[in-house]
Amino acid sequence: MKLSYFAWVRERIGKSEEEIELPSHVATINDLLGWLKGRGEEYAHAFEHAEVVRAAIDRRHARPETSIAGAREIAFFPPMTGG
Amino acid sequence: MTLSASEIERYARHLVLREIGGPGQARLAAARVLVIGAGGLGSPLLQYLAAAGIGGIGLIDDDVVSLSNLQRQVIHGTGDIGKPKTNSVAAALERLNPHVRYEPHETRLTAKNARELVRGYDIVADGSDNFDTRYAVSDACFYEKKPLITAALGVFDGSLTTIRAHERRPDGSLNPTYRCLFPTPPPPGAVPACAEAGVLGALAGVIGSLMAIEVVREIVGFGEGLVGRLLMVDTRSMRFETVSYGWDEHNPLSGERARSVE
Repeated sequence: MKLSYFAWVRERIGKSEEEIELPSHVATINDLLGWLKGRGEEYAHAFEHAEVVRAAIDRRHARPETSIAGAREIAFFPPMTGG
Repeated sequence: MTLSASEIERYARHLVLREIGGPGQARLAAARVLVIGAGGLGSPLLQYLAAAGIGGIGLIDDDVVSLSNLQRQVIHGTGDIGKPKTNSVAAALERLNPHVRYEPHETRLTAKNARELVRGYDIVADGSDNFDTRYAVSDACFYEKKPLITAALGVFDGSLTTIRAHERRPDGSLNPTYRCLFPTPPPPGAVPACAEAGVLGALAGVIGSLMAIEVVREIVGFGEGLVGRLLMVDTRSMRFETVSYGWDEHNPLSGERARSVE
């Protein structure tokens, strides 16, 4: 599965995208966020306020409880505030 | 509305477009647009709206120009430092297009005054720099039934979407609200602010100009706008991507609970 990151989530993780193999217990966006947080300090920092980070499955916005079964690409994008 | 000879020449490159033409230019001249913030986004936005011949442009900003603004807030100049932004914008718009009626509101938009401020306009463009204002503007636009173009900047990133939450899609379903995408404001400090994180100057020019295109599109009506789509621009790697989003039954404005209260 391809993961892509935007704005300060990407700045904190240090990469725009990556290909990953997910363990089978990761079933929803929320599960994925929890799993990513355990991948290292940079991920923990990026998803420190995971509840404000939004996700899109195959370019379609999805709520945290949404199943990721069959997804080809999941994007994470946070709110920004600069003007 | 009849255009004078000098207006016909001024707007010639829009008048020749089949998508704008005389009727579109008349709509622009009749439109009243409220811009929130004369910062990085507001700078190009205000200039392109004035140049396009928008009839009435309101601006809400309670800030003064500071030296560190000038790296990206290109509507202000070195000589404007210390002056209210509403003043330097007045001079810039007058220079660009004397046909524009400019209405400065040297005040801060809050949840209390937001509805009254947006009520007098046809369309709202939010280029503010904080979440309190963003949520207050988007809620006010929902209740006052005003289209909203809302954009934001990160360090290398921008985002842009159009909200027409008071209207329905052709299939009868409701258009999404801003809160369908970003349900609640992030806790203070969770999202880095430009002042600490920095921001690439010309990025503000890109996103503010895209806002101007969306405002003109919503007034004139051509092509496909950004209702139900969030455009994300990543200038670190030059990725332009859109994510679609829909009405969320949990949203507090037009969601199931809000509707059952009605």
